[in-house]
Amino acid sequence: MQNRSVDFNRQVTIKLADVRLQEALARLQTRFVEGRKAVISEIHDLQDTRDAAAEIRDRVLNNLEHWLLHFEQQATRRGAIVHWAETGQDVNRIVAEIAASHGVRTAVKSKSMVSEECGLNEALEAAGVKVMETDLGEYILQIAHEAPSHIVAPVVHKNKDEISDLFAKIHQLPRKTGIAELCREAREILRPAFLNADMGISGANFLIAETGSALIVTNEGNGRLTTTLPRVHVAITGIEKVVPTLEDVCTLLRLLPRSATGQSITNYVSMLTGVRGEHDQEGPEHFHIILLDNGRSSLLGGEMQEMLRCIRCGACMNHCPVYQNIGGHAYGWVYPGPMGSILTPLLGGLENAPDLPNASTLCGACAVVCPVKIPLPDLLRKLREKQLNAGMKSRQETFMLRAWAWLALHPNIYALSTRIAVRLMQRAAGHDKLLHNLPGARGWSDGRDFPAPQGKTFRELYRQGKHR
Amino acid sequence: MNAREKILGRLRDARPADDSSAIKVQQHLAWHPRGPLLPLPNDLVAHFVERALKLSSDVLKAAERTEIPGLLATYLAERALPLSGVCWPQLADLPWDAAGLTMQPRPASNLDLVGVTGAFCAIAETGTLLLLGGEKTPATTSLLPETHVAIVDPARIVASMEDAWALLRTEFKEPPRTVNFISGPSRTADIEQTVTLGAHGPYRVLLILCPV
Repeated sequence: MQNRSVDFNRQVTIKLADVRLQEALARLQTRFVEGRKAVISEIHDLQDTRDAAAEIRDRVLNNLEHWLLHFEQQATRRGAIVHWAETGQDVNRIVAEIAASHGVRTAVKSKSMVSEECGLNEALEAAGVKVMETDLGEYILQIAHEAPSHIVAPVVHKNKDEISDLFAKIHQLPRKTGIAELCREAREILRPAFLNADMGISGANFLIAETGSALIVTNEGNGRLTTTLPRVHVAITGIEKVVPTLEDVCTLLRLLPRSATGQSITNYVSMLTGVRGEHDQEGPEHFHIILLDNGRSSLLGGEMQEMLRCIRCGACMNHCPVYQNIGGHAYGWVYPGPMGSILTPLLGGLENAPDLPNASTLCGACAVVCPVKIPLPDLLRKLREKQLNAGMKSRQETFMLRAWAWLALHPNIYALSTRIAVRLMQRAAGHDKLLHNLPGARGWSDGRDFPAPQGKTFRELYRQGKHR
Repeated sequence: MNAREKILGRLRDARPADDSSAIKVQQHLAWHPRGPLLPLPNDLVAHFVERALKLSSDVLKAAERTEIPGLLATYLAERALPLSGVCWPQLADLPWDAAGLTMQPRPASNLDLVGVTGAFCAIAETGTLLLLGGEKTPATTSLLPETHVAIVDPARIVASMEDAWALLRTEFKEPPRTVNFISGPSRTADIEQTVTLGAHGPYRVLLILCPV
């Protein structure tokens, strides 16, 4: 997927004025935020469980080479073929080669955000393979030619009426208005695609080193159909998704669905290992697993490594006041919200997403809900530091920050200048004690008034107190 | 140098391995420790039923195997559902005909509307079934039909997913191609975050608890 993050500020203005989007985002907040709250309390020692989850992810990341090698060995022993891809283009090339070698003409796909990184669908279509997305949300986006706006609920930005119109137009069937009817229509359109597809493409929420398995967490059943019916199964995921043992997966699964959709468990947790057994009457004859780097290895061993713990639950975006107001598309790439504001610049270049590390109030809600305890606000702050040090901030912002730093290092001048500033603001405020216009911050004061400081400065009061 | 070597080389540079790196992997695999578990009541069967109902599964109880066809026939008739379908071969000997049901012991096709399976075990913590795919336990039976019926032996209800893996390790050398944890009928909330039962998999899941 093309990175359009550089356009962030312009997109924000558009999204804030989009009434339908604002309604959709309000719904997300009630369903996902309230949903999580209702079930996360089922975990009595939540903090211990989060600590354990973070430890599981760190154990893998601190020794990633050896865990990947063990995974590869086990997966291969069971008959899977493991491929390594440096970039999204490499993934596309590998999948096209697999398709060609097995004479694949049609493919069904269950949801995979990693494949969105690669722009896989377009590449396969160009290679002559017809690809059909089968997750309801992703299918809607495919026929509407749009990108996902949330990593768990990709079509959150669309309402039912838009989907009714879209289905009536594309399916050439009488327009349905009920959500259940729309779901049935999609089921009936997609079922033949599953039955006829030569290849199934899935992601993998986790790779299990112990057994060489890919594990996928789904609700609709399309993941099961995709990985059971076609004769070729291709699973695509990031190199960081390895988890050591079956027990470790259990701990992560207590947190992932609860954090993501407010479910104690998803409808289906499917673990796929190797190819169909000798006497099996179903299941794929060929299983390919593609491990994508795409910049992930550059995070390892550095100050941003903790980002690689991410298990893609989406809780950080659901709870983010910025995401809640602008939705996912404004972020410009595959991953929105706080995790996206860190991953997008790290994987696609800070210069291509200069606004994203700043698209946060640093309120800390994301860090509180993160199931694997990624210190998201700290990582955002580190990216801001990088920007300043690399001279990527505007001249005005750099000047302000430098001036502030200088003032903070000179307490007497700091005291004097705040005293003068306070007096000036009091004088400018007038009777209602409000500033209607802040020089240098018009954008802020256009929409609200700034209360003028009252009375004396803290330092003045402190000095008075000492004399008393 | 190919992509594999390049990626592994970068990982090695970022996190230099020492002699103990490979050993640590083997030690953790051999030990496979459990994380924090949820406290559960002593009556696992009751807890399983409570959680399964919460997931929108239906639950019936049979005192012995021969009662299963009658219970199922009533359940299907009450909902005006078809009285025929497919079942796992191990269930072929049940008196289906006597209850007015036609059950064929073969994997499901797209046309089959009822699929009857067993379960490897079930998990009380979440009200979940564990099904293992195989020659005599096809995965499609629980997937393609609109109604999935699973016969669950109460003696095989374990507390947690960890316990289910322990059982798998004891009874099998390694997991089969397909391992499915099933928690109620398939669902989607993609349209307006409104939960709708019956997405691409079954619209309803009936659990019949019966000692085997």
